[in-house]
Amino acid sequence: MSEITAAMPDLLAARSQMAMSLGFHIVFAVVGIGLPALMVIAEWRWTRTGDAVYLDLAKRWSKGAAILFAVGAVSGTVLSFELGLLWPGFMRFAGSIIGMPFSLEGFAFFTEAIFLGIYLYGWDRVSRGAHLFAGIVVAVSGVLSGIFVVIANAWMNTPAGFDMVAGKAVNVRPFMAMANAAAFSETLHMTLAAYAGTGLTVAGIHAVALLRGNRSAFHRLALGIALSLGAPAAILQPLSGDVSARSVAVHQPAKLAALEAHFETQRGAPFHIGGWPDVDERETRWAIRIPRALSLLAFHDPNAEVKGLDTVPRDEWPPVAIVHIAFQIMVALGTIMALVSVWALWRWWRGRAIDAVVDDRRLLRTLALVTPMGFLAIEAGWTVTEVGRQPWVIHGVLRTADAVTPMPGLVVPFLIFTLLYVLLGAIVVYLLRQQFIRAPTR
Amino acid sequence: MNLTLAEVAAWIVIVALNAYVLFGGADFGGGVWDLLASGPRRQQQRDLVAHAIGPIWEANHVWLIVVVVMLFVCFPPAFAAFGTVLHIPLSLMLIGIVLRGSAFVFRSYSYGPRSEQRRWGQTFAVSSLITPAVLGMCVGAVVSGHVGAAMKAVDSGTAGFAATYVLPWISPFTIAVGAMAVALLSFLAATYLTIEAAADRALQDDFRNRALGAAVAAMALAIIALVLGAETGVMARLIRPGWATLVLAGSAVAAVTSAVSLLQRRFQLARVAAGAWVTLVLWGWVLAQFPLIIPPDLTINAAAAPNRTLAETMAVLAGGAVVLIPSLWYLLRVFKGRSSLVGSR
Repeated sequence: MSEITAAMPDLLAARSQMAMSLGFHIVFAVVGIGLPALMVIAEWRWTRTGDAVYLDLAKRWSKGAAILFAVGAVSGTVLSFELGLLWPGFMRFAGSIIGMPFSLEGFAFFTEAIFLGIYLYGWDRVSRGAHLFAGIVVAVSGVLSGIFVVIANAWMNTPAGFDMVAGKAVNVRPFMAMANAAAFSETLHMTLAAYAGTGLTVAGIHAVALLRGNRSAFHRLALGIALSLGAPAAILQPLSGDVSARSVAVHQPAKLAALEAHFETQRGAPFHIGGWPDVDERETRWAIRIPRALSLLAFHDPNAEVKGLDTVPRDEWPPVAIVHIAFQIMVALGTIMALVSVWALWRWWRGRAIDAVVDDRRLLRTLALVTPMGFLAIEAGWTVTEVGRQPWVIHGVLRTADAVTPMPGLVVPFLIFTLLYVLLGAIVVYLLRQQFIRAPTR
Repeated sequence: MNLTLAEVAAWIVIVALNAYVLFGGADFGGGVWDLLASGPRRQQQRDLVAHAIGPIWEANHVWLIVVVVMLFVCFPPAFAAFGTVLHIPLSLMLIGIVLRGSAFVFRSYSYGPRSEQRRWGQTFAVSSLITPAVLGMCVGAVVSGHVGAAMKAVDSGTAGFAATYVLPWISPFTIAVGAMAVALLSFLAATYLTIEAAADRALQDDFRNRALGAAVAAMALAIIALVLGAETGVMARLIRPGWATLVLAGSAVAAVTSAVSLLQRRFQLARVAAGAWVTLVLWGWVLAQFPLIIPPDLTINAAAAPNRTLAETMAVLAGGAVVLIPSLWYLLRVFKGRSSLVGSR
């Protein structure tokens, strides 16, 4: 056992397994929020116009949703167990405080699964109205599921709803725990991310088909629906990012300092673009500095004081380089997505029809390039919020190292689950390609 | 009986577990019959299983999430102990859950060659067998008191790896409980499937015979588990006179009733009796173990979250049930209503 443990310390293995499980599940969770919205819009257009292409779209997207939802459901189950398998110390402390959003999520997920069954298998068994209603319930409960889970994560960043007495949580108030400081900004940011990510990824996939010369109504209408969901969300996302950043600036100065690679407390702090944080020398090299921009962004005041990492004991610093780079990636991708969305909507509005977008090959090529960006930005964003909270599992309250299971040899389950998920991911991609290749060419 | 809030919460967890066993458990049993499909109607057997569980397995699966969430909200130390000592079997169970669910949809939505679909079918079937077996072993480990003992060793820092993380869940008794779980759920699934197969007498007979075989196996394994576990405190209370014994006797009546009604081709009655049997086995265990959540000595009350958490969680459960119960009823009416009423005699 000792040789295995030497290969990877248990805490690192547990964190890696959790990160890998979350990073895998988040893709399916996000699609579970975005794709039902696309299906419902398509089906609703079908009931309004009677155009069979919309029905075809709704059915084809729903097959994708069936595969992705199933993998999301089982990988979500893994996460709910892993809370106890990997972090029993966290659950012992926090279970009674943050169980509330998980209970609510349980119901939302239940409702989602029930009505997804009706939606997928009930085309011939329930009325048209009931079928569309089932789709709407799936879309709404998908959003609610995501919101509840993110509220639990927000609590880990800004714990509330209990008092600490002699190292124990007393006077627990579960509903107050839900109303924590980061809950609003985090849930808003994640919900928009889910719509922007799914919408622009689907738009990109259909843009590729259009570029390859398949100009069927199927792909044209699909592009329109996907853009109408994804583009507005992508344009709003920078605003919600601003809300998030200001919340982090107030409640988690160490995280803000890390994601900005901001070592010294100062007034009129500059914003770093790029650069490599040198933790030993406590400076950020090779970055483009925009004077006073960080103070402006974080506090809406160019002269505001922004706390640096120097206000935080060295052993409470998150891994600065990872957080800073992940943050840069997220912001860069989000900015590109917002700009391309403005371009696409402008073309669409000017041309009065989706064909104006379809006929602009440069725009289509750009949309094709944007395809993976939403999901990459989401992974980067979760890296920022999770790694940026380290070394705490509950900010300022419980260290990750004190929450981990005493079981040794954790590198083994980490490798097994990684292998399992790599395999699953490959199969899902293969199956979705099958669905896509069989798309109609008319 | 004066119940504390914590004990009410514990009963709710058990009701949810009961629902998971009756609905989700039968879906795993269906997978076992996919694995054991044989004879001239092998393909029809597999198609019937897929048809029966397709629309409902994901909703049925969520009962497990409800159980897990209720456990960690209302009984955090117990959840932490299960996660610690049963890390290995619970991980195996999760792998089974992941493979079962994904392989099932992969098979349903694949356009690939037949060999590829067959491979996913096999994965679905094998993982349907492993998952309930391991879950049964975990229950056996809790019942036997070994989980509680191992957790004490962890807390006092005297834990050896095998003694803490392996031996508590591997013993003749836990293996017997695991095998009994598989047999019972297979029996339950086969009994449900006799009703799904109402339109095809030969196929119906296939599942009737399978149900009878599984019933005999489950009865035998139940007796073996009772004998092997006789020296554990919980199992001893099943045998000694008391509420638990009464429930155990009731489960024996239900078992015989279900077998006889299968023989008489009274499939609706068989389904009710089968559900009752499985339910009474579960409640027999729970009553024998009450008021302990982890034998030998951790009680439900000692492991409970603060009362405010329990009260607010129950308020949410009550509110959620208002949405959930009509929705579940609607789902089952859409997919199970018609077929379950036609040709049951």
